[in-house]
This record gives sequence, structure tokens and C-alpha cells, in this order.
Amino acid sequence: MVDLSVKIAGLKSPNPFWVASGPPSNTLYQANKAFEAGWGGFVWKTIGAPILNVTNRYGGIDYGGKRVIGFNNIELISDRPLSVNLKEIAEAKNRWPDRLVIVSLMVESKREAWHEIVKRTQDTGCDAIELNYGCPHGMSERGMGSAVGQVPEYCTMITEWVMEAAQIPVFVKLTPNVTNIVASAHAVKKANADGISMINTINSIMGVDLDSLETQPHVHGKGGHGGYAGPAVKPIGLHLVSQVAKDSEVGLAISGIGGVETWRDATEYMLLGASTVQVCTGIMKLGFRIVEDMIDGLTHWMEEKGFQNTHDFIGKSVPRVSDYKDFDIMYKTIAKIDYDKCIKCNLCYVACEDGAHQAIELVSQNGQRYPRILDDECVGCRMCELVCPVHCISMIDVDRGHGEKSWSQIVAENPGIDQDWGKMEAWRKKHGFVIH
Amino acid sequence: MGEAWRAAKLSPDELQKNFVEITPPLKPEEALVESNRCLFCYDAPCMHACPTHINIPSFIKKIATGNLKGSARVIMESNFLGATCSRVCPVDELCEGACVYEPFGKPIAIGRLQRYATDAMIANNWRLFEPGSPTGKRIACVGGGPASLSCAAELAKLGHKVTIFEKRELAGGLDTYGIVVFREPKEVSLKEVEMVRDLGVEVRTGVKVGEDVTPHDLLNNYDAIFLGVGLGRVLSLGIPGENLEGVYDALDFVEATRTQPIKEIEVGRRVAIIGAGNTAVDAATISKRLGAEQVLILYRRGQEEMTAYDFEYEFAKNEGIEYRFFTSPVRILGNHRVDAIECVRTQLGNPDPSGRRVSVPISGSEFTIPVDMVVRATGQHKYLQLLDNLGVKHDKGRVIIESETGRTSNSKIFAGGDCVLTPNAMAATVIAVEHGKIAARGIHQLLARAG
Repeated sequence: MVDLSVKIAGLKSPNPFWVASGPPSNTLYQANKAFEAGWGGFVWKTIGAPILNVTNRYGGIDYGGKRVIGFNNIELISDRPLSVNLKEIAEAKNRWPDRLVIVSLMVESKREAWHEIVKRTQDTGCDAIELNYGCPHGMSERGMGSAVGQVPEYCTMITEWVMEAAQIPVFVKLTPNVTNIVASAHAVKKANADGISMINTINSIMGVDLDSLETQPHVHGKGGHGGYAGPAVKPIGLHLVSQVAKDSEVGLAISGIGGVETWRDATEYMLLGASTVQVCTGIMKLGFRIVEDMIDGLTHWMEEKGFQNTHDFIGKSVPRVSDYKDFDIMYKTIAKIDYDKCIKCNLCYVACEDGAHQAIELVSQNGQRYPRILDDECVGCRMCELVCPVHCISMIDVDRGHGEKSWSQIVAENPGIDQDWGKMEAWRKKHGFVIH
Repeated sequence: MGEAWRAAKLSPDELQKNFVEITPPLKPEEALVESNRCLFCYDAPCMHACPTHINIPSFIKKIATGNLKGSARVIMESNFLGATCSRVCPVDELCEGACVYEPFGKPIAIGRLQRYATDAMIANNWRLFEPGSPTGKRIACVGGGPASLSCAAELAKLGHKVTIFEKRELAGGLDTYGIVVFREPKEVSLKEVEMVRDLGVEVRTGVKVGEDVTPHDLLNNYDAIFLGVGLGRVLSLGIPGENLEGVYDALDFVEATRTQPIKEIEVGRRVAIIGAGNTAVDAATISKRLGAEQVLILYRRGQEEMTAYDFEYEFAKNEGIEYRFFTSPVRILGNHRVDAIECVRTQLGNPDPSGRRVSVPISGSEFTIPVDMVVRATGQHKYLQLLDNLGVKHDKGRVIIESETGRTSNSKIFAGGDCVLTPNAMAATVIAVEHGKIAARGIHQLLARAG
């Protein structure tokens, strides 16, 4: 039996699946439902300064008839009074002692205000605090949320204020709306935070209604940027998590966020350095019940892979995140079609012909046309494999017969090759390196 | 008991239910899901399988993007009878049969999507095409069925002045008179006729070429002639008793359901249909849906030799139609009205010149089936006299054409649709439409050369 529990920032979570701070973590009712469904942690929707919400608040992106592959919101932090939230947080923790109740906070940028909210929050008995430096809409106009997260000095300053009062672990939730998220991570490390949650939502406008010409979502005709989330942002989250995980100076536990909807998404985040993952949009679309397959799927995957506990694989793919200059340029793959599976839709053909390297031809046989890879022309780009609707194309390794060689090595061994096309072509010829 | 032959009338509700279009239109949400399922194949097999080569991935993609007008335009520019074809095409044999998802058991519902787009066109009265700038050339289309309508529309788009001569009260041919109501209401066919008129084509109905207008007049007054006369009524069986009351022509029977109130149409309790083609299935299923208790299809060959599409056969079986293969009628019995049909068992003999094995009666195997109604669905008459008057070469009434241009033995006369000889071609609206297009191109080339 594998062990799904996770140690993070001095806490123990029964599994790596947390409800992220947001609309699904607004009330005690939802906390109870989430924990009954099996979630290991519950990051209470941000409490703090008084606010008023607007309608409507959400926008979605559909693709190919599939609804909400991307999602954005202009909802603010909790609009319920602080006292109500604190009372419910205490009740939730009391009822679910083996789960983690983490409370997201956001107040105005004053030391006293932060001290007060931290104290009142930890009095509930909650397990940890998460500082919301990320919300890109509304609160940022009042000097909170991403207005803090986008300035490393503010991150350090406010985190230091929090750490002065905090007696429980403190996570800082980072905004991706910066040029270099590693600088933000350094800033909170400097203030001795215990962990990092990332990423918060991305600035976005979801669309324009072609009948009314209003942006989506709109508030009585007006709209603006909101926080982008959902499956479409996962690649951005994975990248940013890996950057922070890879950095030798940060060294803080990470709770990964951004487009997690399945155990596969979660496991990818964990392989790239997240100890736990947080889910909001997935729950908003499908409900707390999705955690059942997350637990089930991760369990089976760990059993198959022979991982006894989560820490056996957390961060295991981080060393594979590398730089272009260190990639093996001699590594070669070409496409191969499994004709038993090919349905002759010829999407690989048009993708290669128009968008790539003209390395597939159409062959006519018995009144049907089917694609054939021109091995000598194939540059191994993989576009055909990606567009194939039946997964009948695989990329197979081809040995060039010249061993491994990175760009750095090639430049070191051939001075000037990066400046002189003549030298480049001579090298290519010598190594049988076909371009297209 | 003089009226015992007649099946009990179904209630108006039942009749209404039985004669409403079987396939419901796609709802917008269904169309969105289905159109998004399409892979947008390149050089798509469905397009190759469509006799009119509609750019199917393109029109489906346009449904997915909410560009319904563009979708209808793509359909109609390849097939001016796209609304009818969306309902009556044997899609299993054509586009959907070729769909790359067919082997998975769930091809894209191309026909229903085509109907979705063309229904929107009809509902919104979209005018998708304009007549070309006038060339001054005049073309006569003889017959107002699908081949002529298609040919006329293409010629009008090229700027030619076209007149259609239709002997019936309404144009549209079999699309108007010969399709069972629960496959296509006649309003769809009439809308297509109207769209052809909108292109400036004159549709003269109630005018019979050979009587009201002579072939000679046509040859003198027009720069080219298109023959889309189709075929005539159902051939007689050539057996005794055919004149008894209760013996019908299948086409007349189908037509009655399109031109008369359904509740006024009578049907026998026990009906025998002679022949096993698609029209036989039409006659049989109509009989059943009108209230006949037993409907038999009598066929002198076997299931393998039937000309009906597989889906039509399946449909007939599901409707409760009983097949009697290797059964050939010998005579129809009765005094005034039919009350039985005498048949003989048959077996397959040697192939005839067309390669089809002939049926050979087994002597002494005669037997009698009591029936109240007999419907002939055994092939149609050809218009031999008209063809001879026009001086075009034909093979037993089927016009011989050059397949690339539709041209007949007379360089001024072109032909298409059911009246032409096309080996192995199915008799379907979509084939007639393509014939019309080919002939329109042939005529246009001829007239361009003439200057």
C-alpha cells in the first residue's frame, strides 16, 4: 500500500490534494463537503479587508465545443464579515483535525493590520497561513494582491511583518504577472516564509461578445482584466514551478497551482517540484468529487512505478529541466506511422506540408489516399504526432553515428561556428546534419 | 363485407405521427457537438465519396464556428439541391460511409449537419448566389426534376437565360412527387425550385414538350437543350389481372401521400408489393404506416440481388415488412377487386447480358397468397418517342451521353439524371445534380466556343 501523505513546511497532509483559495473554499459548508470528499487540505478563500463583489464575475474559453478549457474571474476576496469566517474556520479545524486548514489573507499594506489579522487567524487553530500576493484584479487597484506580489521589496517587507506575528507556517502565494518569478521567490525566502504557493491567476481578457461588443465577462457593459486559470494555464504553472524548484537559493516547499484537474496534472506538478497541489477551477466546474479519481489514479500510478511514498517522486523531473545549450543536438528522431491504426484523415500530411517541413507525401491506393513519411526529409519536429487524432504516429530514435554533442560543446570545439554560416555548413556536412 | 379489403383507418394522431419527418433536425447544441467532432480531414474521403464533391469538412467547420450562412453557401455551390440531398442521400453508401470515423462505428452525421445548415438557409431566406452577367444565350431544360434544376442553376450563375419546361403542375420532379413524406416534406423541394427561379430561371409548369411545345421549336429557339426528363410511370407486369381494382403503380401511391390529405388515402389490409428496390420499400412502408395489417414484398430473385440500399432494407424490416424472395407473380386474382395473387417459386439461372442472374420459375411450384392490394414497383417507362423526335441516340430509352460533358449524339443537346444511361450508377437526386452540373459546364463550353 502506497502512502499518499506529504510533509510540507513542517505540516503533514494526508494527501497532496488541497482545495485552493477561491470560490469553492468560501464557507464551512464547503469545507465539510470538501473534506468528506477526501481533500487533504483546504485553503480558505482570502479573508481580510471589506469588499463588495460585482456581477457577473466569470468568463470561460471554449475550444472545439469543449467548455471552459480556460477560465477567468474578477471576483474579489471573501465578501463575508471577518468574524463569520474566523468562527467557521475554527469549527472546520475542530471537526477535521487530521486535515489541513490553511487561511489565505490579504489586508492593506500596514504592519498593524497584518499583525492583527495574523493573530486573529491563528487563534482559530488553523494549520497555516497563505499570503495572497497574487490577485491581479480589483484588490491590486487598492494596493493589495498582485500590487504587492509584483514588487519584490514589498513581498519581503510584508512577509517580514507577518513572520513577526506568525506562530504557524506561512505560505506566500506568488503572482505569475512578473518578468522573473524567481526574484519574487527570493524576496519571500529573504523574509523567512515557510513555503510558496504558485501560481496565482494570470492577467487576461477572456473575449469580446460579437453581438454586444462587450468584453467577457462584463459588468453592465464594462469589463477589464481578470485572473486566468483552468487547464489552459497548466503549462505556464509547470514552467514557473520548475523555475523556483530548480533555483538553488530558494529551497522552500512549493504548493503547485494552475490548471490541475486530474491526478495526471497533479503528478506532473509534483514531478516538477510541488509537494502538494491546489485545485480551484476544476472544482468549480465539476465539484469536490474529482478528488476521488485524483487519489485513486495517483495511487495506481505510484504502485505501477514502485514509489512507496510521495517524497520518492516529488521533484524527480526537476533535473531534466535544462537549457537549450545543453541539449544533445545529435539526438535524432523521425516520425513513424502505424498503419494498423491510421484512419487516413491526412491531418499529419497537411500539418507537415503547410506548417512544417514537407516531409510527408500522400500516396493513392485503391481510391484512398494515405500519408507516407519521407524519412530523409523528416526533421523530427513532431508536429504530425501532435495532430494525429488516433495516436498512430510515434517518434523513433535514429542514431546519427556521431555520439552526443551539445551546442556548448560544438561552439567550444569549433570556435566561430556561431558567427559564421560557412563554418556552420561545413560542420553540418561533416556530421550528415540535414536541415529543411 | 364488401369493404373488408380496406384496412381500418388510423386515428388522425397516429397518421400525423406516422407521416412526419422521421429524422428530427439537429438542435443547435447537437450541431455544435457533432460539428466539433469532425476532424477537418485533409483531402477528405467524404468529399471524394460525394458525387457532387461538396467540401464537407469546410461546411462542417463553418457550423462549428457559427458561420451558418457560409456553411450553406459551401454546400449549395457544389449542390444546388443540397437541402433535399441532406435528407434523401444514401449517406451510408456515400459520405458517411467514407468517413474516417466509420470504422469506429460512429461516422460524423454529415447528412444531418448538411440539413442543419440548409434548414437555416431556408428559414432565413438567404440569397446565396446571383445570376451572372447576361450572355444572351438561351437554354431550354426539358423536365423540371433535380437534373434540370441543377443544370439551370449552374447555367444561370454563368449568365445564361434558362427556361425549364415541366409538364406537371409543380417542378421538382421526384423530389416533389416521389419521396416519402417521412423522409422529406415537399416544401423543401419547392423551396429549391424557388431558389432556381430567384436566379432568373423561367420555370414553365404545365407545359409538355412534344404536345404544347415541339422538339423542333426547342431546337430552333434555343442555343442548347438539356434533357432531364427522368423516367415515366411504373412498367406493367404483363400478367393477367393487372386491371383489377386495387392494383397500383408505386409512384402514384407515393405521390398520393404527397399531394392528398393522408387521411383520405386508402390502403388494403393485406398488401403485396412487386419488386424489391427502393421504391418498393417506399410503397411498403407507406402501406404499413397507413394501417395495412400485413405488407409483403415479393421479389423474384434473392436478398443478394436486391437493388434497395442496405439501410432501406433494414428500415423496411424494422417497419414490419415481410420479404418473400424467389417469388414471382403469375396472375392477379379477383372478380372486380383483387383478392389474391398467384405466384411461382423461382431460382437463379445464368447471368443476363448486364451480368445479373436471371430468375427462372420452378414449374409446378405455383401458390396463392390472399391479398387486398397489389403495388407494382418494378422499373419505369422510358420516353422513347420524345428521344426519337429529338434525334438523340439511346439504348432502350436511356440516352447515351459523353460522361465528361453530358453531351448526346446531337451536339446541341445534353442530358442527365435518370433518363441517361450510366452503368452502375445509383438513381439518386445527388447523381442527377452532378449530371446537371456536368452538362451545364458542357453547355457553357459549347456556347463559349460558339461565341
